[in-house]
Amino acid sequence: MAVTVRIPTILRRHVGGEPFVEASGATLRELLQDLERRYPGFGGSIVTEDGALHRFINLYVNDEDVRYLGSLETAVKDGDTVSILPAVAGGEHT
Amino acid sequence: MIETGRRIAPRVSLPFTIRDAMIEHARREFPKEACGLLGGPRGTIEAIYPMRNADDSAVTYRLDPTEQLRVFREIEDRGWDLIAIYHSHTHSEAYPSVTDRRLAFYPEAVYVLVSLAAPEDPVVRAFSIRDGDVDELEVTVS
Repeated sequence: MAVTVRIPTILRRHVGGEPFVEASGATLRELLQDLERRYPGFGGSIVTEDGALHRFINLYVNDEDVRYLGSLETAVKDGDTVSILPAVAGGEHT
Repeated sequence: MIETGRRIAPRVSLPFTIRDAMIEHARREFPKEACGLLGGPRGTIEAIYPMRNADDSAVTYRLDPTEQLRVFREIEDRGWDLIAIYHSHTHSEAYPSVTDRRLAFYPEAVYVLVSLAAPEDPVVRAFSIRDGDVDELEVTVS
């Protein structure tokens, strides 16, 4: 089962500079595990050590924010597109 | 996904209408932080996208993820670049905070800061933030 994953500029160094990669899995978590197996270090940018979605990473399945779906347990299927976007965030609080 | 691969010049050319629109946005949101994006063709700032601060906060900002994706796509579909990310500091100078540096995930973008610390005298400055290192960029208003 192949899902297209759009890789943001900042993470492309993990995947040989590619803007898109294919991955397989039944859920987002499996998909990211597949990517981590093939591109060691990639998954750590997306998933925390506790196995949660990193707070400052936005993940979308077919343009839907997965925080409104099932987060990392969101089901994915052949032909879906997953987009990854680092948050645009900050503030004067230090 | 949107490209921000173009090397930024050490100088940022900012149309005065867009500078004024950022200041107006910052004032409208005061005392909360305002945030948004600047885009345009071939590295030239041509449009401002005032965005919702999903944090709804006076001390932090975060673009709403759904709106972020939508506007990134809009910029991409026009064949433009995301050139800058702006936000306001309502009570401190127009300089990237520790939080700003830690959360600067777009090293190829220009980070524009609008300070309303002196409400009648807003200050706009621009920076490159890479790996937490801050370099100020010269802003020329045209």
